[in-house]
Amino acid sequence: MSQVESLRVTYDATIESAIKEIGPLLESTYSISKRSVALLFLQDDKDIRQLLEQDESARFARIDTIAKKTQSKYSHPLNYVIRMRLQREAEHIASSCITMEDAPEMPFREKLSRIMINPITGIPILLVILYLGLYQLVGVLGAGIMVDWIEGTLFGEHINPFFADLAEDYIPWQSIQDLIVGEYGILKLGLTYAIAIILPIVGIFFIVFSIIEDTGYLPRLSLLVDALFKKIGLSGRAVIPMVLGLGCDTMATMVTRTQETRRERVIATLLLALAIPCAAQLGVIMGIMSGHPKALITWVLVIVLSFILIGYLASKVLPGRKPSFYMELPPLRWPKLSNVLTKTYTRMIWYLKEVLPIFVLVSVIVWFMELVGAMDSILSGIEPLVNFIGLPDDTASVFLFGFFRRDYGAAGLFDMQDILTGVQLTVAAVTLTLFVPCIAQFMMMVKERGVKTAGSILVFIVVYAFGVGFLLNKILNGIGATL
Amino acid sequence: MISEAAQEVLEKLWIETVDGRETSTDKKSVGRENVIRGLLKSNHIVSKGNNVQLTKSGYEEARKVIRRHRLAERLFHDVLDVGEEDMEDTACKVEHILSEGVTRSICTLLGHPTECPHGKPIPPGKCCKEKKKSAISVVSSVADLKKGQKGKIVYVLTKKDKNLQKLMAMGVLPGQSVEVIQTSPSYVFQVGQTQVAVDKEIAGSIFVRSA
Repeated sequence: MSQVESLRVTYDATIESAIKEIGPLLESTYSISKRSVALLFLQDDKDIRQLLEQDESARFARIDTIAKKTQSKYSHPLNYVIRMRLQREAEHIASSCITMEDAPEMPFREKLSRIMINPITGIPILLVILYLGLYQLVGVLGAGIMVDWIEGTLFGEHINPFFADLAEDYIPWQSIQDLIVGEYGILKLGLTYAIAIILPIVGIFFIVFSIIEDTGYLPRLSLLVDALFKKIGLSGRAVIPMVLGLGCDTMATMVTRTQETRRERVIATLLLALAIPCAAQLGVIMGIMSGHPKALITWVLVIVLSFILIGYLASKVLPGRKPSFYMELPPLRWPKLSNVLTKTYTRMIWYLKEVLPIFVLVSVIVWFMELVGAMDSILSGIEPLVNFIGLPDDTASVFLFGFFRRDYGAAGLFDMQDILTGVQLTVAAVTLTLFVPCIAQFMMMVKERGVKTAGSILVFIVVYAFGVGFLLNKILNGIGATL
Repeated sequence: MISEAAQEVLEKLWIETVDGRETSTDKKSVGRENVIRGLLKSNHIVSKGNNVQLTKSGYEEARKVIRRHRLAERLFHDVLDVGEEDMEDTACKVEHILSEGVTRSICTLLGHPTECPHGKPIPPGKCCKEKKKSAISVVSSVADLKKGQKGKIVYVLTKKDKNLQKLMAMGVLPGQSVEVIQTSPSYVFQVGQTQVAVDKEIAGSIFVRSA
């Protein structure tokens, strides 16, 4: 097989003469040819423009004049003119070496794809995927079976007692013992929650997400929901961070970068913080509510309505361009094991790096506050707030932990389900889901959106969460509901 | 009825003032003195010192000529595949003889285009606002196609730079063949070997000649 050494595409006379004029004015050395630099500059490439302003400052005005003069000779943008020329060249090459045969019949993957993007068949498919992936795998397998075994048996019966004995035998100071193996200690509160409760749930979620991602389903989901998402100021593209948020909102907040405009990024960040529960939280809430189907339905309704209502209002209030949607649909394919493993692995490592330190840190903070006796006064400060939404004093600790991590708060609620009524459980679960994102997510919000935006979102969410909690409590008690 | 020479003057004046975003332009640049005098007399233009400016009736007249010219260009370019130079010359002649009815038919046939092949705006007619459709529409935007329809992209609107970038990124460019797979809730179509999904707004900036 012979190889083409280089391919030189010639443009029309106007562009070629502009390149010839600009060439000698470029005196610095560049990593690409001067011809390419000139071509990019003619197309108004921002980076090249910045580079030339610095490197060719003495000749920049002349270069710019040549470009402006050339551009004025065309009525279309030059990047379009150049792209069209390249397209012609590419087609010429392709046609000389490729022949396409019409497939006798539509392949199965294409048939499946058409079923997925047609709303009549696509929405039931989506529901099945959610039910199997989220409910059965993440909820039942991850949050149920695996957590039971790892937390209950592995940690509860073997690891924790082992270290507790060890600490009692070798650490003479009671307070240091508490720090390590106490009720709020690093081992009990930090490592057990992180590794035994959160890790299996989030781990399974990441596996499921990676499989779905690798099949090429997500772009199809995007086009399916685009019209709906436009109503809340987002494009179909936003479905990816939203679904990822069901795994980890912190990671999803980072992924909102892929949204096109600042307006979309802000709305997506707000909705993630407010109405998208992460997998760990979902798992625990599903667990608490499994015996209360009516409570679960109420919870789903309030969260979904909040998502739509706040999204809709945000899209009305926030200034900026309306979102637009475009996406390439890659062919559907079987997920590749190596891809799924690599993606899950990288996400898990990221999550552990992000989560473990925070869990340990929270344990240390709680231990320290207990030690100096600050814990009780903070808790009694929160008590009026939880009483306001009809919850007993004890739930104050749930909300305090909820601030450190959402899932952490939900897990605290898990321990308390026996002392709460159905209505109280529902109100607590709703408020906690809407309530402040965990510290890690808030830090990511500050990093991605800036202090001002993140702060405003935080204040709004606290007010909204407790407001909804208050109303829900009043309504449920008012109609005498038993959930 | 205004003479051909007068129409040429009005057309130039439109390009200089409306397209060029000026209020008036140099008298000498737009045409011969006797033609200009006639137009001043018929109250199509007014003079401002050395410059001339379109009046309301002159604006309406010029608008029609420009519309005919640019629609004719579109017709030659999109449907008849006429080369650039021929397209320009012929459009210059045709613009004077097209009746209102024929102009409307061409506009409908071409799917009510908003830009001429050079990317300049085509002043919309009544038919554009009503979005009249006809059975023989040859060129239409992807947003107006039905499921299963096939065609070739003849142009994409290049004035909305943001959309253009997206189309170029997906390889949706003139010359590519297109088949519409689905129109709701989003537009999905096959272009070359790729499948893309876009919303109505972007679908509306891709124009296709039906196969």
